[in-house]
Amino acid sequence: MTQSRLHVPHPPARPGEKPDFSYLEIPPAGREPRPDTLAPALEIERLGTGMVRVLDEQGHAVGAWNPHLEPEDLQVALRHMLLTRHFDERMQRMQRQGRISFYMKSTGEEAVAVAQAMALEPGDMLFPSYRTQGLFIVRGKSLVDLMCQCLSNTRDMCRGRQMPIMYHWAEGNIFSISGNLATQFPQAVGWAMAAAIKGEDRIAATWIGEGSSAEADFHHAMTFAAVYQAPVILNVVNNQWAISSFQGFAGGERRTFAQRGPGYGIPGVRVDGNDFLAVYAVTRWAAERARASGGPTLIEHVTYRAAAHSTSDDPSRYRPKEEWQAWPLGDPITRLKNHLIALGEWSEERHAALEKELEAHVTACWKEAVTYGTLTEGPTLDPVSMFEDVFHDMPPHLKRQREELRRLLAAQHAAAAAQVPDGEG
Amino acid sequence: MQNATAAEAPVTLTYRDAVREALHAALRDDPRVFLMGEDVGRYGGSYAVSKGLLETFGAERIRDTPLCESTFVGAGIGAALGGMRPIVEVMTVNFSLLALDQIVNNAATLSHMSGGQLNVPLVIRLATGAGRQLGAQHSHSLEGWYAHIPGLRIAVPATIDDARFMLAAALRLPDPVLLFEHLYLYNMQGTLTEGLEQVDLERAAIRRTGRDVTLISYGWSLHKCLAAAATLAAEGIEAEVLDLRSLRPLDEATIMASVRHTHHALIVDEGWRSGSLAAEIVTRIVEQAFYELDAPVARLCTAEVPIPYAQHLEEAALPSPARIAAAARELLTSARGP
Repeated sequence: MTQSRLHVPHPPARPGEKPDFSYLEIPPAGREPRPDTLAPALEIERLGTGMVRVLDEQGHAVGAWNPHLEPEDLQVALRHMLLTRHFDERMQRMQRQGRISFYMKSTGEEAVAVAQAMALEPGDMLFPSYRTQGLFIVRGKSLVDLMCQCLSNTRDMCRGRQMPIMYHWAEGNIFSISGNLATQFPQAVGWAMAAAIKGEDRIAATWIGEGSSAEADFHHAMTFAAVYQAPVILNVVNNQWAISSFQGFAGGERRTFAQRGPGYGIPGVRVDGNDFLAVYAVTRWAAERARASGGPTLIEHVTYRAAAHSTSDDPSRYRPKEEWQAWPLGDPITRLKNHLIALGEWSEERHAALEKELEAHVTACWKEAVTYGTLTEGPTLDPVSMFEDVFHDMPPHLKRQREELRRLLAAQHAAAAAQVPDGEG
Repeated sequence: MQNATAAEAPVTLTYRDAVREALHAALRDDPRVFLMGEDVGRYGGSYAVSKGLLETFGAERIRDTPLCESTFVGAGIGAALGGMRPIVEVMTVNFSLLALDQIVNNAATLSHMSGGQLNVPLVIRLATGAGRQLGAQHSHSLEGWYAHIPGLRIAVPATIDDARFMLAAALRLPDPVLLFEHLYLYNMQGTLTEGLEQVDLERAAIRRTGRDVTLISYGWSLHKCLAAAATLAAEGIEAEVLDLRSLRPLDEATIMASVRHTHHALIVDEGWRSGSLAAEIVTRIVEQAFYELDAPVARLCTAEVPIPYAQHLEEAALPSPARIAAAARELLTSARGP
């Protein structure tokens, strides 16, 4: 008699065990062919099983996917990635010191957001996930503004209403970040459908973690994108971990995430997410395809979440501490740096100088940001402002509640003032 | 876990510990019980409730799931129909909206639609409420919404005793039960009532007796009401504090008995005012005890805005002990007339 058994995925290594990435097959750089941008989805299924890689072990750019960027562009890219990392480090430190309540770093994944933002046009609409802060940095949002959002202060773009890092920047064509995962996927597809209806040359791009690709929204968005051939780039950032759930829990044990694309009739491309040039080249390919009415592309970025999920998480409880060091695709910043050095366009000295410069810049930005208020020191947002923006025009019941709060705060203020002993305050 | 001998002083534990003990006991006592949800295994749950259970009960019974609320709740329904007693953990009530079709259109209706052929003995545990600076997408109090749905039982443990024993009561029922754990309460400390072995899921409880005004609430708001009652007591106002415990069904008898006793009622509900649970309770008091009232029924709810993130904004949006006390005073003053 046969008996079925429940399979519960188990990650290859737990704390105290040797990191094991043998489940990842990593082809040599330059191996994957670069098909025509309008090749039919079913003819290029191979792109979903292999891995597009441009930078080889010696730091040379090789193969058909080499985007042949100018050294100046590569230096800008390096700068953006380094700035993202320094920004993250600083904000994490500020959280540890109690200056902000929460933070999420993108350490180890900087190439994804930076390369993609650089590969897209400024008018393209971005629907980010919460680990793509590089998008804001490439598009020129000032660190002061990002910090003010994390501080929830008087210059906070979200007016104290959103958790730290849930930025929103309409002018920069970057949509609001959602803490409820995957909702951005159908929204990006809808935006792209609208762009196509209007006959624009703008496209949409959106990001999701491999973990949240298990949400229904991912699958519904794939169906709609395929049905309407929406001009959208659908990115799955496979950083191996969704809080404590390894990628096997999202269905990565038997198929790559890119391979889901052909199931919906969408090309799926798997890319070395820590290879700036490869991410850039694949994004350009998908963008050209979308603009030429070739429809959507699913891109899986194979990368590693080097930091904790958030400042509320302690990954030493569920994965080996040494995993990041053992990660076979390395550090995206080191790899781009080595490439520039191999080109003769960079040096350790220049790199050290740039790091110093960026650190000073981050420090200066923080100093400015806190002048607009911190969690503990003024100036602070007026609490009655929370009744604004619930509706465009404030309805009577909210006006009433605002008045009630205003009266209550005034009474509390008066009571507090009356309690101040002589010689103080 | 409970290794104190009878002679020793009662062990202090947190609300979180109490829920964990409840889970532990349920898993130990019934092989059909299992826990399923995001990060419940090795990670120990988003609010550290299931920490340590994986080691005791294994990965099949402390089951991590893919990030997909609609399906892990749907799978819970399937497992319940298949003879198991699943406990599904949804990280926050906001995320349960992804599973609304399964909860409202399926779990709540299957018994009725099948002519009584099916039961869905499913327990869903959800973290609810604000106060932890988690912003509008993780802080709402939607239990009042769920209490609108026939076929669901809605219970809210607000005390250490209820945190420890409501789960077993829920598992004994053949109906789907939603247990709302207020995320602000997880760190609350207390002791278990000695000798208590089970609780019901039907009756409201009077947590403090008083003659002047009834404060009706549940969850975190209960503790704010108790704090307000202490303040009021110092001023000579004796507030009776009623813990609803079950939001569906509502224990009208206990509510009306208290109102008939104090002749004043203030409802404190962390949900939004319009169309709220508080509105329902007001209506029932008006319907059943109108002539007992010495003043119009009052209610204190959360400002009708998405819960803001910034701490001082969040505080300003929520009921507080000071506001509850102020509202109670106003209620009693208005009763005396101008």
